[in-house]
Amino acid sequence: MANPEEIEESSDEIVKKMMFVMRKAPHGTINPYEGLEVMLIVAAYDQDLSAVFLDDGVYAIKKGQDPKEIGVKDFSTTFRVLPGYGIEKIYVEKESLENRGLTVEDLLLEVEVVDKSEVTKLMQEQDVLFPF
Amino acid sequence: MKFGILILEGPYQHQSSDSAYNFAIAALEKGHEVSGVFLYNDGVNNATSFGDPPQDDRNVQEKWSKLAQEKGIDIVVCIAAGKRRGLIDDNLIKGTRISGLGQLTDLAISTDRLVTFGD
Amino acid sequence: MLFTVNKSPFLFGHLDSCLQYAIKDTPILLIEDGVYAASKGTSYEKKLKEALGKFEIYALGPDLKARGIASVIDGVKIVDYAGFVDLAEKHNVAPWI
Repeated sequence: MANPEEIEESSDEIVKKMMFVMRKAPHGTINPYEGLEVMLIVAAYDQDLSAVFLDDGVYAIKKGQDPKEIGVKDFSTTFRVLPGYGIEKIYVEKESLENRGLTVEDLLLEVEVVDKSEVTKLMQEQDVLFPF
Repeated sequence: MKFGILILEGPYQHQSSDSAYNFAIAALEKGHEVSGVFLYNDGVNNATSFGDPPQDDRNVQEKWSKLAQEKGIDIVVCIAAGKRRGLIDDNLIKGTRISGLGQLTDLAISTDRLVTFGD
Repeated sequence: MLFTVNKSPFLFGHLDSCLQYAIKDTPILLIEDGVYAASKGTSYEKKLKEALGKFEIYALGPDLKARGIASVIDGVKIVDYAGFVDLAEKHNVAPWI
């Protein structure tokens, strides 16, 4: 029989697989930006984190964004700090890139390119999915 | 089962808040626990004390306020999203509180299932 | 994993998108405006029927009623909020919003 101490896990010890599912384009909605803010905070909690950019979410990490003339803050380059914050598993979906005429060269951070079937598999493995 | 709820849209403009509320009620009726609701993005607007809909319409903010108080559900407004949208302590409806994204993280860690409603 | 889809397939691509990430027997729950995808006689019916061959598709009854949708495509299972809770208890939720 296991020790009570072994059975009871404090919230400090629970490690969940959490994935940020980034499907929205930047600026049209605040979702990628406020999604990024969640990532930066959650990163401090030693969870098993990953992010996948698919559908219009690939636009959120596209190079060359300049929102000055729409009067909106540029947050795109902040995505670059994610690995430094401990979010190293950053995926981008191949089909989403291709459908938008983009390649990894167009992106402002290093990502792992995965196809739809791999995205499906990754999502199935998660305990928590944050949609942004 | 312990549920956590994340709401990403404000009241009335989208159905998210109503759907979330109805889900919460159903979960409680089934004997589950709804340990917390985190309000993010425009979802923070579900916690304003200034809501004043017509008499014949539901008062979304008050429904959440009542549920929080009656069922002990911790309804948290994200401080950053709240400040951006003008939700501060002074105009928070009873039964809700302001805190940081750490609370959302705790909710995700400590519950069995996080269910998100948004648009 | 349970997908929740809350937008009409005529105006938004969310349902089309999530169908590409569903695996065999994945449950997909249509809520809010998503329930329009379950209506009979629409241009989406063929696609929905194909999806029914592979996945479990549910529609939230109160949302159907709210929109005056009296009957749904054969094979779509109607659930109430209690049924929604049951699905969320069984499966991790992927909100395709």
